[in-house]
Amino acid sequence: MPNHRILVLYAHPAPHRSRINRRLAEAARSLDGVLLHDLYETYPDFFIDVAREQALAEQAELIVFLHPVRWYGMPSLLKEWVDAVLQPGWAYGPGATALRGKGYLLAVTTGSPEQTYAAGERHGHPFEAFLPPFRQTAALCGMRWLAPHILHGANSLDDAAVDAHVAAFRARLLAHLEGRHDGA
Amino acid sequence: MEHSLLTNALIYLAAAVVAVPLAKRLGLGAVLGYLLAGMAIGPWGLKLIGDVEDILHFSEFGVVLLLFLIGLELEPDRLWSLRRQIFGWGMAQVLLVAAALFGAALLVGIDWRVALIASLGLSLSSTAIALATLGERNLMQTPAGQAGFALLLFQDIAAIPMIALVPVLGVAVADSAGPHGWQNAARLAAVIAGVVVGGRYLVRPALRIIAKAGMREIFTAFALLLVIAISLLMQWVGLSMALGAFMAGVLLADSEYRHALETDLEPFKGLLLGLFFIAVGMSVDFGVFLSKPLLILGLVLGFLAIKLAVLFLLSFRFGIARGQRWLFAFLLSQGGEFAFVVFGAAATARVFAPETGSMLVAVVALSMVSTPLLLLFHDKVLEPRYRGQNKREADAIEDNEGHVIIAGFGRFGQIIGRLLNANRVKLTILDHDPDQIELLRRFGFKVFYGDATRVDLLTAAGAAKARALVLAIDDIDDSLALADAVRENFPELPILARARNVTHLYQLMDRGVTVIERETFESALQLGRRVLGQLGFGAYRAREATLKFREHNKNSVDAVYPFYKDREQYVSMAKRARDELNEMFARDLKNIDNETDKGWD
Repeated sequence: MPNHRILVLYAHPAPHRSRINRRLAEAARSLDGVLLHDLYETYPDFFIDVAREQALAEQAELIVFLHPVRWYGMPSLLKEWVDAVLQPGWAYGPGATALRGKGYLLAVTTGSPEQTYAAGERHGHPFEAFLPPFRQTAALCGMRWLAPHILHGANSLDDAAVDAHVAAFRARLLAHLEGRHDGA
Repeated sequence: MEHSLLTNALIYLAAAVVAVPLAKRLGLGAVLGYLLAGMAIGPWGLKLIGDVEDILHFSEFGVVLLLFLIGLELEPDRLWSLRRQIFGWGMAQVLLVAAALFGAALLVGIDWRVALIASLGLSLSSTAIALATLGERNLMQTPAGQAGFALLLFQDIAAIPMIALVPVLGVAVADSAGPHGWQNAARLAAVIAGVVVGGRYLVRPALRIIAKAGMREIFTAFALLLVIAISLLMQWVGLSMALGAFMAGVLLADSEYRHALETDLEPFKGLLLGLFFIAVGMSVDFGVFLSKPLLILGLVLGFLAIKLAVLFLLSFRFGIARGQRWLFAFLLSQGGEFAFVVFGAAATARVFAPETGSMLVAVVALSMVSTPLLLLFHDKVLEPRYRGQNKREADAIEDNEGHVIIAGFGRFGQIIGRLLNANRVKLTILDHDPDQIELLRRFGFKVFYGDATRVDLLTAAGAAKARALVLAIDDIDDSLALADAVRENFPELPILARARNVTHLYQLMDRGVTVIERETFESALQLGRRVLGQLGFGAYRAREATLKFREHNKNSVDAVYPFYKDREQYVSMAKRARDELNEMFARDLKNIDNETDKGWD
């Protein structure tokens, strides 16, 4: 069993075409105490080893979902992970304490710029409006919801903005590892 | 009575057409049918045919073709891996049977030279009868079939020194006019080398050119020419024709025209073998038999008893399963074609009197007639007893309800069986390898032994109450025969089939089977997917690419299906397969990657 304190569940169906998420994943991988868990690489057939995943999650203090937003939600394999791994009696429900008190960080990117997430715009609602399913999942499992790490407009961003975003992500993980609980 | 070629042909064909289906109907088997037809039209029956000797010689070519075709099935590597069986077991069989017969003959006070020739000649079995029966019952791949084949092959080799030995024992040692020993050996070596080299560098290109010409009858003519030429060449250097043809077959076993040669020669082999059996039937000398019926019957019974006993004991040594030991002994119990030759030579060399010779020939011919009867006894009496415990289980039909039948439980069927078993699906398994069956029974599987294409076996296996039939047989012909049998007798039973290749897939589609998996396709795709992974494709991307190709390929196979139906007149199956492959390759290249870079960050 790896000796990690942060578990990053990385879900990208086409990592070879990723510009930003791949770099975020690399940044996480480079830190001691972080387990970068590439779900599409590990379970290409969507057949998830539930016991192993539960053990990995139990060991971590902080669980990170790292993925691009697809159709206002998570990629299908990560949803499969949630469906299969977060079992009643383990993750939620009477006597379930496995995830209680752990931190939960959502680190996502969107293709469209932030201003398209508004009433009357392309996506009709502010981005916050799409987060309740994530938030409630964490809440049901007794996890602490941390401020999500979001990057909008991934399709049109310049390199400097990408660099800054990756550095900020790395800094938040590092802060957690060094015990500076700044809410990250 | 003078007979033209056509009148003779008329008599043979009519006798075969009447007698063989009749014999099969009565459950006697085709071989016995031919033998009876021969007796009926021969000098001691209706006297329709006179010159039996010539016919016997001519029809021996059927045996030659049989061995050529068997050679085609055996690649040199496999033959080499059988060397211990051929030489070890073969030597043991010939020597032990001959020794037992020789001892018995000496005990009853027969002259040692007569006893020696007779016992050596009688130790050989009939290649034609034994191999035809093995083929008819689809037993070639079982341990009994393999051992039988190895012994028969060795006997073909052993017959040559035996025939050479006869004149040495003879009174009139007629020194053969042939060349000296070393010259003969040199000639033999040269011819064998010529056949090996020629087979590879002359025959194959010639086959290719003739196949390209697209004239089917010329391809057939060439196939026959090839076998006849090699046989005569071998006879010229003093080898047996059958052995030579076998060698030629082995040399062409990995040729792409193997199947075409097989399909073209098959009917000739069948007819000539039939003619051979008819000739044996005609050559049974009832005159000799009627003059000393008790003596001859006694000789036949004594001979069969001794040979059967030795073969049965040897079967333990050869690792043949309990249920097949008697079958193996019965198959090889008769005297063979070579006995006629050996005894003929012995009579010429005056080792024994002509009466002794014709008496021995009568014994051999009668022993040949006895084989189908012994096999009948085996099927009706011994085999049901062997299947006894199993039969009782099968009677509990409630237990068998809602089960799945797996026909063919080799490497392929086993995986399916274990998957289903792990998921508590009730199974009934049909296979014809007794070793396999004993192992499976120990694990509590319901296993039926025998040829799955037989309707009675399907019925016994509870096909009427089965939920599905998994057709996992490796032999294409058997697989298609079983699909036909199920369609005809159990039309409601769904068939899920394994296809050996695309042509087989199409042939199954022809029969209305809809659930078919090509046996190598999925596992090859999986390995291909691993290759993509090795090249740095992510696991999921490799999966996607593989699934995409898989879908595309399945569509292509469906699209090419109508094509295949138009092409049935093709010279060789190999050529057809190559054309289909070409078509698929062309389609694969159209499978362009239409991914865009948009929409992913």
